[in-house]
Amino acid sequence: MSGAVLQCPGYPEDKLRTLTEDLTCREVQAGTLLSLMGEPDQYSYPSVFIYGHRATGKSHVLLTLLTQLQLPYAAVSCVECVSAGLMLEQVFSALFGPDAASLLPRSPSLSDFVRIYRQACVERPARQTRYIVVEKAELLRDMEANLLPALLRLQELVDDNVTVFLLSEIVWEKFRPNTGCFEPLLLHFPDYTKAELLHILSRDAHPSHTPELYTSYINILLGVFYSVCRDLRELRHLAALNFCKFCEPLEKGEARESDTHKLWKNIEPHLKKAMQSVYLREVSSVQWEQQQMDEKEATALRGLSAHAHVELPYYSKFLLIAAYLASYNPARTDRRFFLKHHGKIKKTNFLKKHEKTSNHLLGPKPFPLDRLLAIFYSVVDSRVAPTANIFSQISSLVTLQLLTQVGHDDQLDCPKYKCAVSLDFILAISRTLSFDIVRYLYDFL
Amino acid sequence: MEKHVAVGECVSQVQRVLRERFCHQRLPDKPVGLESQYKHLLELLRRTAVHGESNSVLIVGPRGSGKTMLLRCALRELLELQEAKKNVLQVHLSGLLQTDDRIALREITRQLQLENVVGDKVFGSFAENLVFLLDALKKGDKSSSRPVLFILEEFDLFAHHKNQTLLYNLLDVSQSAQAPVAVVGLTCRLDVLELLEKRVKSRFSHRQIHLLSSRSFHQYRDAFRSELTLQDGFPDSKFSQEWNLGISKLCEDKSVDEILQKHYNSCKDFRSLHSLLLLAVSRVSVSNPILRAVDLLEASRMSSADSKGNILHGLSVLELCLIIAMKHLNDIYEGEPFNFQMVHNEFKKFLQRKSHSIHNFDKPVVFKAFEHLLQLELIRPVDGGVCKVQREYQLVRLMLDHTQVMEALQRYPQCPTDVKQWAVSAFG
Repeated sequence: MSGAVLQCPGYPEDKLRTLTEDLTCREVQAGTLLSLMGEPDQYSYPSVFIYGHRATGKSHVLLTLLTQLQLPYAAVSCVECVSAGLMLEQVFSALFGPDAASLLPRSPSLSDFVRIYRQACVERPARQTRYIVVEKAELLRDMEANLLPALLRLQELVDDNVTVFLLSEIVWEKFRPNTGCFEPLLLHFPDYTKAELLHILSRDAHPSHTPELYTSYINILLGVFYSVCRDLRELRHLAALNFCKFCEPLEKGEARESDTHKLWKNIEPHLKKAMQSVYLREVSSVQWEQQQMDEKEATALRGLSAHAHVELPYYSKFLLIAAYLASYNPARTDRRFFLKHHGKIKKTNFLKKHEKTSNHLLGPKPFPLDRLLAIFYSVVDSRVAPTANIFSQISSLVTLQLLTQVGHDDQLDCPKYKCAVSLDFILAISRTLSFDIVRYLYDFL
Repeated sequence: MEKHVAVGECVSQVQRVLRERFCHQRLPDKPVGLESQYKHLLELLRRTAVHGESNSVLIVGPRGSGKTMLLRCALRELLELQEAKKNVLQVHLSGLLQTDDRIALREITRQLQLENVVGDKVFGSFAENLVFLLDALKKGDKSSSRPVLFILEEFDLFAHHKNQTLLYNLLDVSQSAQAPVAVVGLTCRLDVLELLEKRVKSRFSHRQIHLLSSRSFHQYRDAFRSELTLQDGFPDSKFSQEWNLGISKLCEDKSVDEILQKHYNSCKDFRSLHSLLLLAVSRVSVSNPILRAVDLLEASRMSSADSKGNILHGLSVLELCLIIAMKHLNDIYEGEPFNFQMVHNEFKKFLQRKSHSIHNFDKPVVFKAFEHLLQLELIRPVDGGVCKVQREYQLVRLMLDHTQVMEALQRYPQCPTDVKQWAVSAFG
């Protein structure tokens, strides 16, 4: 994968050569960027918008170029800058040094920024293009409305040789304000191909093993995860976590490096398990490594999903089941489910339903308190008095966010609720009570 | 070797000259195609600067139509007049920077260099303050004060300030002959007068200069040629001749004509032409010292790329499957919003009936993919996502249309055949 060395007049050649090595698989993008930037003393386009998926090297390429070529630049991330003032301060002190930045008032407005910038420019006119890099630019939309349009035409406002780079995962169409603005140049960073991912990930090979072994490991890893995730950072994390497991048969002497099939059989189920836990961030990497150590315990994987049931009081469980039934069954079917002698209901008519109306697709419906209690009394096996005890359990279910109250909570007369738990959760609850909830659900008849 | 160095030097000179044109919006010698507007504006400004008449005018035109360029050209010519040069004061305000009237007033004080005159004085009202500022500009003989040009960029944004105090006072001064001022507003909103309050509107002179570009394709192509042509001052005359020859050849090229036609049809202002030309010119290098049609083609490809298609290209197979499921839901329910459960249900149906290449994924894994799509804003929650609904029942809408999905599928690398099949025909 040795592309041509980056070329651009005005920059030292040896720097460009080292750059080419640093930016594997991104030579084309780096070349385009360089040619857009032009020679250091030439004007560059006022604003450039770079978009592409997470971990496609947007910041990496840009910041490496700027640091290696020793160009004056300021890099800010919108995640860190909660206000425009903070961002402007950071930009200014990066471009002109902390001394000049002390001229700025506290939490400067754009007007202050531009004024002081112009002053500083008079003292130190730009001999090279100054660059401002704004990462996670999608957050600019939530800041003051004038910030984004002003940044886009900053060159005109401060009358200096300055270029603003905006980096984001989101396409430019979602940024454009109502009345339009200065249109930046758009530059796309495409995702890495599978071969490129393989190439980049293989560079992490541990010196104690041969590179070929590591490459074959990465191949297996990509085989499992590639159809789900193309995020280089995520893949790298997964690769690092599971490599010891992959090497285990080698250390025990059960397999040699050439037994690819054996190694594959060993690691594959493991990776699938990792997909259910590590990928979903249900366990931290430390936990995952510990589990790998204790081979015995590893059979019972303790992720969040294993903890999905919460310990609740006896009646609360029934209340929750009643709430679930009330949320997911139409009210007209209550007679059929909960009345012993419900008279004649035509079976064919009753079962006639369309998939469109399945409540498990549409989500829970609100129900009044009376209906909840009626169902509760018919599902609970013993006789319960409607005491304050029961009502307080309902409100504690609301506090636990297992139920949500619909409408205002100042409605004392007949409050309405919705059940906010999933089917798996309620199945687990009813199993502890040996209550067959599926029999009572209209959707599963 | 000697020759090579010279070529490198020339190329870098060309880049310098053209970049200043395209990036820095260097002013042309005369505004092209806007002669009557130019004359009108210049005459107006001259009356203020020389004869001390007050005036107000709005320059209205779409973005990139050359409002600022027109104004700056007029100011440049105005300041060449001897009596204007030593007399006229300029105040430049921009709606983007001066976001409220207090900031604006401070900026006016600063630009008129009256900070030490004002000192620590406290003013009762905005109007009092402004009148004080203008009085301070009166010359020794009291009868005539120095004319001030107020230039308000993004004029429409000033109309959103509280009570429109700044606009009211500026226009009031321009009406009541207190001091000679000219208020020039630049805006891209045609309906800008509707934004003004009645009392503000009645003080405005209702002079408007419209820059509605009615450039024909012929003029557009001429602009293309003149923007790229090097002028006589270029250091190496041989190179500049060759370059200009190359440009005129380029203009006769059929493929270039097509590209220009395409761009002209989508947007005919100068700024979009400039960005196209910059992309093309940035490809000129020592090994490739003249602009070729290929460069222009490549530039046009870059500037007109479908960005959503690009993003779709980088999705994982699972995420693509979800997009297809959403597309089917859109077809079935005619664009009604849907939730994750429905999408998952549709996806499961596909897995059960047709799929050979996609394995079953756990629901949380699928949900993570769904959330990634949300984050990319390819789908958007219907009601801002604030109400207390479980996340899987949150209603969302797909922000892509049918053709975009199908096109992305065609371009998708190693797309499994059964997924492609599924996209074409839903089951059941």
